[in-house]
Amino acid sequence: MKIHEYQTKELFRKYSIPTPAGRVAETAAQAKEAALELGGFPVVVKAQVHAGGRGKAGGVKLANSADEVETVAGAMLGSRLVTHQTGPEGTVVRKVLVEEGADIARELYLSVVVDRETASIVIMASSAGGMDIEEVAEKSPEKIIRVYIDPLAGLQPFHCRLLAFGLDLAPESIKPFTGVVKSLFKLFVDYDASLVEINPLIVTSSGAIVALDAKINFDDNALFRHGDIKELRDTGEEDPLEVEASKYNLNYINMDGNVGNMVNGAGLAMATMDIIKLAGAEPANFLDVGGGANAEMVENGFKIILSDEKVRCILINIFGGILRCDVLASGIVQAARNTDIHVPLVVRMEGTNVDEGKKILADSGLDLHTATSLKEAAEMVASIVGKAA
Amino acid sequence: MSIFVDENTRLLVQGITGKEGSFHTRQCLEYGTNVVAGVTPGKGGQDINGVPVFNTVAEAVEQTGANCSMIFVPPPFAADAICEAAYSGIGLIVAITEGIPVMDMMRVKRIMDGLPCRLIGPNCPGIITPGKAKVGIMPGPIHKPGGPVGVVSRSGTLTYEVVHQLTEQGIGQTTCVGIGGDPINGTSFIDCLDAFQNDPDTKGIVMVGEIGGSAEEQAARFISEKVTKPVVGFVAGLTAPPGRRMGHAGAIISGKSGTASGKIAALEDAGVHVCRNLGTIGELCAKVF
Repeated sequence: MKIHEYQTKELFRKYSIPTPAGRVAETAAQAKEAALELGGFPVVVKAQVHAGGRGKAGGVKLANSADEVETVAGAMLGSRLVTHQTGPEGTVVRKVLVEEGADIARELYLSVVVDRETASIVIMASSAGGMDIEEVAEKSPEKIIRVYIDPLAGLQPFHCRLLAFGLDLAPESIKPFTGVVKSLFKLFVDYDASLVEINPLIVTSSGAIVALDAKINFDDNALFRHGDIKELRDTGEEDPLEVEASKYNLNYINMDGNVGNMVNGAGLAMATMDIIKLAGAEPANFLDVGGGANAEMVENGFKIILSDEKVRCILINIFGGILRCDVLASGIVQAARNTDIHVPLVVRMEGTNVDEGKKILADSGLDLHTATSLKEAAEMVASIVGKAA
Repeated sequence: MSIFVDENTRLLVQGITGKEGSFHTRQCLEYGTNVVAGVTPGKGGQDINGVPVFNTVAEAVEQTGANCSMIFVPPPFAADAICEAAYSGIGLIVAITEGIPVMDMMRVKRIMDGLPCRLIGPNCPGIITPGKAKVGIMPGPIHKPGGPVGVVSRSGTLTYEVVHQLTEQGIGQTTCVGIGGDPINGTSFIDCLDAFQNDPDTKGIVMVGEIGGSAEEQAARFISEKVTKPVVGFVAGLTAPPGRRMGHAGAIISGKSGTASGKIAALEDAGVHVCRNLGTIGELCAKVF
């Protein structure tokens, strides 16, 4: 789960990580008022969206007067910000953060992430702050310092020294920097984060350390023990169909194609999307109904897929294991009766009780195409959407 | 022969009294697995499908000689259940539980590094040596005993699809291992490839990967250096968009790493026969093996 920059900075303040003074605003008038409260110019107006790459996309602007703040915020709020992470349709800006301007002497990069390979927590730091870190990693990997931390032993003082001396910090900055590293690591562990990133982390002309930006991602699997974080979720930043699907415990991701599909199991769902594409069509979604799916979940899955206007055809691919094919077939029949399925339906099922399942579908009188193999199913789908086009 | 489980497996089920635990215990018993004990704290003394229930793993091991544990304990308590089994002398732990926090798994993995114990999973379908022992939630009847092919996979139903196609082609399996879809897990592709390479009855290997992380790339390196048996590979997620978690916590493309095309290229460079179309993996295996 992701949260906004202003929410992350509130968490930072709780952990005594220095951030610029700032106020969040939902209207241009509020933004102007916020700037006046901050009591000095210039201020920075920052679009609050979950996607990265805001700066290059015009989502971060400097303003030198209260009127300019109003104009800048007015133009930003309600507009669609298109960054390299949002896709061409962009994302609507609903809030802006108005922050005091900073006195920047150096820009650093600092992040904490999980390293899958070594099962450790990695702190990454770089003197190339304010730049896209993946670009730095590619072009000048020597500029990135990595410190691996054993999750059982935790952060040790020497880890902080490795970072501070590696960044060649001035003596007066070492102590405040170490404080930020310790706090950031504690925040990461306390809240089961999967990423905390400050880019840039600045050194001011007086040697102070300030987090100019703030990004955090949480491990969805650990949200059960962080009720306060769950409340920070902003569903306005998510795809409406995905929000709807999450209410039914369905794992759904909306995509650009026109072949809706419903599959049990994440791996098989991905492979089914791939085979749709190989057959010359494009998947409209990823939908994993899970291994323990029941008739009701199948019905809800249909509702979600059908409310996507792009969908011209639906492929159901179920490998019956624990979810038996006869149960699935009953679910399909029930869903077809309760929802208006207005596009052709291709069903491919295999596994436990497949013959009973096929009989239920055949006896239902529903107009559907049954495929015996995955390959055949994909070809059927491609020919249906090919004809429709 | 087989890897990790066989007729000598004496299975313990942690979380045996829950809905999933009791259901799958019955399925394993029906398949012929020797299920010797169950553990649910506070429910010791009960009996589930004829299997005695204990309060602690230590007690169950002492009373029944269990040497393998299958875990259905819910996510908030699963890491503790894994540690309990590891510290109680269980040699093989199969964690089925989906949704264990990454922070918990990091600690578990470090703890297990110092113990003589293997973890399979979490978030996996388990492991089966067809005809001998089923320790997991996979449908038993789709498998064909006797080998000659070993299967290792990060996914559940995708593995069933592959195994089903193998069986349809008349190709049996020595052992099928689901290593799970989480970012941090116990047994890796490499552990299984190594075990299959050393198992005389396994003549060929099918490896099923997916997007996210670099386990497939590491496996490719291992295959080119150490595996002399033919390997057929598949990688799911060619159409997956970057930055999105595709169901499994571990299946996410971040930046330029973890893509299906990168993994396929690495496997092909290592001499793996990579299948592009899942619908034809059985046919490809029939040609290769």
